Amino acid sequence: MPTTLAEIDFSKPLPSEQGDRVIQFREALREAMTEEMRKDDRVFLMGEEVAYYNGAYKVSQGMLDEFGPQRIIDAPISENGFAGLAVGAAMYGLRPIIEFMSWSFSLVAADQLLNNVPKMLYMSGGQWGCPVVFRGNNGAGGQLGSTHSWTVEAMYANVPGLKIAIPSNPYDAKGLLKTAIVDDDPVFFLESERMLSDKAHVPQEEYFIPFGKAALRRGTWSGERNSDVTLVSFGRPVNFCVEAADELEKDGIVCDVLDMRTVRPLDIDSIIQSIKRTNKIVVVDQCWPFASVASEVITQVCEKAFDYLDHQPVRVNTDDVPTPYAKNLEAEYLPHKGKIMRAVKSVVSKG
Amino acid sequence: MDQGANVRRMPYTAWNAFVEIFMAIRTAYTANIEHISILDENGVLDEKLAKTASGEPLLTPEQVLFLYERMVECRQLDEVAFKLQRSGRLFTYPQNKGQEACALGSGFAMRKGQDWLVPCYRENAALFLHGMPMGHVLLFWAGDERGSIIPEGVKITPIAIPIGTQMLHAAGIAWAQKVRKNDSVVITYFGDGATSEGDFHEAMNFATVFNVPAIFFCQNNQWAISVPREQQMNSETVAQKGLAYGAQCVQVDGNDIFAVYKATLEARERARQGGGVTLIEAITYRLGDHTTADDARRYRSADEVESWKNKDPMIRTRKYLEARGLWDEAKQKSAEERAEAMIKKIADDALNFAPPTTDEMFNYLYAEIPEELRRQRDTLRTNSLSMNPEQARLSESRR
Repeated sequence: MPTTLAEIDFSKPLPSEQGDRVIQFREALREAMTEEMRKDDRVFLMGEEVAYYNGAYKVSQGMLDEFGPQRIIDAPISENGFAGLAVGAAMYGLRPIIEFMSWSFSLVAADQLLNNVPKMLYMSGGQWGCPVVFRGNNGAGGQLGSTHSWTVEAMYANVPGLKIAIPSNPYDAKGLLKTAIVDDDPVFFLESERMLSDKAHVPQEEYFIPFGKAALRRGTWSGERNSDVTLVSFGRPVNFCVEAADELEKDGIVCDVLDMRTVRPLDIDSIIQSIKRTNKIVVVDQCWPFASVASEVITQVCEKAFDYLDHQPVRVNTDDVPTPYAKNLEAEYLPHKGKIMRAVKSVVSKG
Repeated sequence: MDQGANVRRMPYTAWNAFVEIFMAIRTAYTANIEHISILDENGVLDEKLAKTASGEPLLTPEQVLFLYERMVECRQLDEVAFKLQRSGRLFTYPQNKGQEACALGSGFAMRKGQDWLVPCYRENAALFLHGMPMGHVLLFWAGDERGSIIPEGVKITPIAIPIGTQMLHAAGIAWAQKVRKNDSVVITYFGDGATSEGDFHEAMNFATVFNVPAIFFCQNNQWAISVPREQQMNSETVAQKGLAYGAQCVQVDGNDIFAVYKATLEARERARQGGGVTLIEAITYRLGDHTTADDARRYRSADEVESWKNKDPMIRTRKYLEARGLWDEAKQKSAEERAEAMIKKIADDALNFAPPTTDEMFNYLYAEIPEELRRQRDTLRTNSLSMNPEQARLSESRR
């Protein structure tokens, strides 16, 4: 069983996503951590409430019983503290998994996360890596208010030296987290409180999902007809895109839905491949629009495939305001199905 | 009160009277902090205190001689580095002048190749004792990342410039030592100003809660660049800050190599035996500027600096050796000459090191270079048009 990235055969096809071993997103995360911790005793989990309380969101349920308090560790409420501790432990040769109850709380650890973690290897001329996985809830969690509803992918993706994975479903959650844990680079792993109870088939057999390889959720690479538009998303909004695509198909509009799985590295090649057939792109992103991942995707599309576009690129972000507290406003603020459908329809009709 | 502090002094009010009462209470409280002083300003040794727990001499005269020679080298390095910076060959450099006993006394108490040093940037002599080549340090301050490459087997982390972040790394390394059941102790260095950072408090909290084998060594040199200690903190001592975390706390005369060595040795042994964390506050003084980019004359009075010159660790260590017939002016002169020649050679080698190739900027960011970055490296361009030949051709054909 592989414990390093180099030992994984990524050319082997991934197991089927269809099946009846249906578990929750949170269980998929737990399985990924548990499997890797059984194989590699350098891996440990630290965070607020992860041990005796079984995790604020029950992701680590039962892990204390299996691995004991040396490896499942309740940290003081001190994000900068345990982020820095992880850097030290990683420098020593351990492989920490750090759970942020919410990525919103990672902001107080910014100096460690942005000024130390991604630069360790660089500043030591390749000598001191920082193979830490930082994981936790990202994005609007359902009326948590603006301070607890951060989407950090755009802000952190700006920093070289990091990898950022952002799964949209239980199958990917497990496969991507396993890859994150064996990866020698620091990985920011963005989950969503709103998806932790989502259920799907997760295979029994071991699998690792490679970083930088998007998954096509709707449409086909070799369909008889080309899709009408390329929808690009990552994380929770992928599910909104799929809902929109299914609805649009009833009106005869076919979408390629690309789930990026990781935003750093970004699988721009798959996006371009799809655009060459659809000639239209809509990017759906739960970050604020200014300097977002959507901005980056569209910039790269213009750089690499400008002549293939039949319509100006379109993006659907959250509105450019702090996340509202009221239920109806939060729902409207997000890049929901209705907004996506409107965007696609306007692109298709004018294209 | 020196001139620099006078500038900031508030007018006297009734409030100050209250403050003075509190000060009195506080002084009583801080009396709980042990202060160790063994070798005084005149080089006179307190023989009773200069013993280990088992009654052995704390440091033999030969060991003191060895350490003194390292002090001479370190002081020479400061001189050479200062001149190199002024002639434009070093980017910047923080002088260690006046603080050598802190680095040497503590570094000597840690086991080379076994214990870990997690430095900030003003403990050169400890790094050299533990195997860091002097040339690396010069290369680093010349503005070359490769100065941070640590030789195999040397247990030192790269010089940390952000204030305080390294203390958390030290807590992490110490914690990892503990869970891996290794017999190693971690010492981390920082200044008085860094104890205002959250990192200090979070690191102290983690280290003590997890009871890790760590020593927090504060070089209290009285000034955080231009801000004096009294404006940096309201606590009488740095050491007492550790009381809140349940750490062992001790204050030493940081210009007294015996006191520094003793406190660190005891802290190290305590840590090894599972006794946890010690915070050592070493009272010292930065005789030079903060770095070569600073001019301390703008905020410190000449009187203040002069008063600390008498407390220079080199003066008292030399007097100790002279009293035992181990040192004299001739030896001093030849030691300085040897050190200068050695350092000039090291500096020449370090500064004539071929500059890094452009590739190196890209090579150490990820364990394996990502495709996009490889393209940037190989085209050596950030101009996106030239990095995307297919679109470039299409744009060209439209003309």
